[in-house]
Amino acid sequence: MRLRRTKLYLPGNNPNMLLRGYLFKPDGVILDLEDAVSMSEKDAARILVREVLKQGEFGECEVTVRINGMDTAFWRKDIETVVPCGIDGIRVPKVESPKDMQILDEALSEIEEKAGIPVGKTLIFCLLETALGIWRAYDIATSSPRIAGICPGGEDLRADLKTDRSETGEELVGPRRIVVLAAHAAKVDALDTVYADVTDDEGLKRETQWIKQLGYQGKSVIHPNQIPIIHAVFAPTQKEIEQAKKIVAAAREAAKKGLGAVSVDGRMVDKPVVKRAEYTLQRAGLLEGGE
Amino acid sequence: MAVNAAGRNIPNNIPGYGDVLPFRGYTKRLPKGNRVGKKNRATFNTRTDKTLPNLKAAIKASGLQSGMTISFHHHLRNGDYVVNMVLDACYELGIKELVVFPTALFGVHKHLTKHIQKGVIKQIQGSVNGPIGQLASEGGMELPVVLRSHGGRPRAVMSGDVHIDVAFVAAPTADRYGNLTGAHGESACGSLGYAHTDADFAECVVAVTDNLVNYPALDIQIPQTQVDYVVEVDKIGDPSGIVSGTTRVTRDPMRLLIARYAARLIEASPYFKEGISFQTGAGGISLATAAYVREAMRERNIKGSFGLGGITSFFVDMLEEGLFEQILDVQSFDLAAVESISRNAKHVEISADWYANPWNAGCVVNMLDTVVLGATEVDRKFNANVNTEADGALLHGIGGHQDTASGAKLTIITTPLLRGRIPSVVDSVYTVTTPGEVVDAVVTEFGVAINPNRKDLIEAAKSDPEIPLVSIDDLVEKAEKLTGSMTPVEVEDRIIGVVEYRDGSVIDVVRQLKKK
Repeated sequence: MRLRRTKLYLPGNNPNMLLRGYLFKPDGVILDLEDAVSMSEKDAARILVREVLKQGEFGECEVTVRINGMDTAFWRKDIETVVPCGIDGIRVPKVESPKDMQILDEALSEIEEKAGIPVGKTLIFCLLETALGIWRAYDIATSSPRIAGICPGGEDLRADLKTDRSETGEELVGPRRIVVLAAHAAKVDALDTVYADVTDDEGLKRETQWIKQLGYQGKSVIHPNQIPIIHAVFAPTQKEIEQAKKIVAAAREAAKKGLGAVSVDGRMVDKPVVKRAEYTLQRAGLLEGGE
Repeated sequence: MAVNAAGRNIPNNIPGYGDVLPFRGYTKRLPKGNRVGKKNRATFNTRTDKTLPNLKAAIKASGLQSGMTISFHHHLRNGDYVVNMVLDACYELGIKELVVFPTALFGVHKHLTKHIQKGVIKQIQGSVNGPIGQLASEGGMELPVVLRSHGGRPRAVMSGDVHIDVAFVAAPTADRYGNLTGAHGESACGSLGYAHTDADFAECVVAVTDNLVNYPALDIQIPQTQVDYVVEVDKIGDPSGIVSGTTRVTRDPMRLLIARYAARLIEASPYFKEGISFQTGAGGISLATAAYVREAMRERNIKGSFGLGGITSFFVDMLEEGLFEQILDVQSFDLAAVESISRNAKHVEISADWYANPWNAGCVVNMLDTVVLGATEVDRKFNANVNTEADGALLHGIGGHQDTASGAKLTIITTPLLRGRIPSVVDSVYTVTTPGEVVDAVVTEFGVAINPNRKDLIEAAKSDPEIPLVSIDDLVEKAEKLTGSMTPVEVEDRIIGVVEYRDGSVIDVVRQLKKK
């Protein structure tokens, strides 16, 4: 299980951030060709992002690129440019249709094949930024085996819902619940949208606690200072760590002995519990990232 | 020509400076003979008022003549009116070819350009921040600028390298008998640390104030025994340029990242324990480092002995919280520091001599555990440059860089690896200000490089997996990979700046830029 607590957006036209983003140790970086880049700079940003990707220094981060939407003229050129660099995944904005994801999947396969990259390596993360996208969340999440996560939108979604930002974020409660449900049903990650007020550390902490409780695996971030706050919320408690250590140790011992069943404190433990224990240790930094 | 211990090829004699003593190592040069001093004088009860009606009257009374040396302090920073005012008066009096010996100049002193061009000023011995530095770099001054550190300057005065004829001391408050303080008045600047040696050693001392009070002034810093004349003027400076408001810790993520690494290194070092002493600048990274160290001191219940240096509200808060026993303040940066120095007996003014002079019976930097400094460049040998920019122009003074680095047990230089497209960790610095032998670590966002001579520190840092240890060569290569190599600066042979080490030897020179 890969940790996706924080994914840091890096403007595709800002070499400073593109080169340094990983230093802030988010779980992933998103090199952004979409909203951060004005229409007149799309080509320049694409070239810049390609060169930064070629350099290939991103520490332990999962490297993704947010391409332009499939309703624009840019998306194909975007993937043709960045996928051959061997990125972990792409992030697609304003996804509304499972069919689009199939078209994208095929296009990715073609590019991967040409570039000598294992077909299927490049993951897809879908941004559901319209009411229709949210409504179809499960169908989208299951439309391609590449899909690794779905993420509700923020401002765009509010506009589509014909509402605006409230202090409590009431307007996004429903969509967030739909997305987390669809994600888990489809066995992909539920990843939350950004917290826009980069100076409100307390507000970020509260929101992160809430989405974690809903079942989200992490959040996108737009400012490096948000990373440690989110990681702290996702950090397991000492009690959780101790229990997880016991479970993982027991599972390893059982595997060594060729036993299928695992018992901890006299109680049988099944596979999903072991997996969750591993995830707990990973979040505590006590276990290397898994598959 | 001779190659000094910093590897620089320096002529044996520099026109307008004289014979050169090459830098040989940070503890190598020792003083000979006695200190110098000013002429004796007597003052009886026949003279109880030292005020004169205006600056010109004071200049005349001081005996100032063409070719002499005048000094200033820089506690009024970019709000200072006094330097410009005095040189305007000198010009009007027809006094020429002066050697100006300030503790530092700022952007506001761009006004001096015309006096340089008209021959009122022959030479500047002191840091030249900004426009004057640019002018000198382009060959606009007849004689080379001589740069000295905060400790090297009082050493030069006391040993007789520089004789000050008249010291003009800007005084936020003065009484008629010449007691001065920076703690009070509209133009309050807190400590008057840099002015003490000048007041003590100048042949004549003229105080310039905009707040003349009844005798005796409160919280006297420079006493009547040293001051010859007092002049009242309308304003000695612009308060908004003298001190800033409350100093805030940056939210710039890259600066915070570098600061966090620096703080972790301090915490991992053997000096992070009860009684730690600490100096940081007021710059973004330095202050953020202090913020992280403060957190760690609270968490581990550690109380420091003293905070040193240019003082900000941040250190004042630490003092008040009990995280330091005392503050030793040579320069007060913000309003809270100014306010504290007049109110808190544990906030003590110290002179530049006391702070950093290598040639006395012991300066404060020798007692310093850790210092966090900046630099425009550092190199593979850990040499640091704080004087020149990437284009080769002389734009900054030395400040206390050489002094604190040589005194502190742990000297950390923090810098972003790149500033825009310009690398700051390089093969060889353009100008050596502080020799690598006294720099222990270079901290960048891409990693922490520890001087290989400090094996103990390397071992200590390894105990914290959060400290990304790299070699200095790694940093140089990383920077080069990201930016490519720089086009070398093109210069003439002519030397326009002499960088003295704190002991008066010459560590480097700055040459005139070629016309583009």
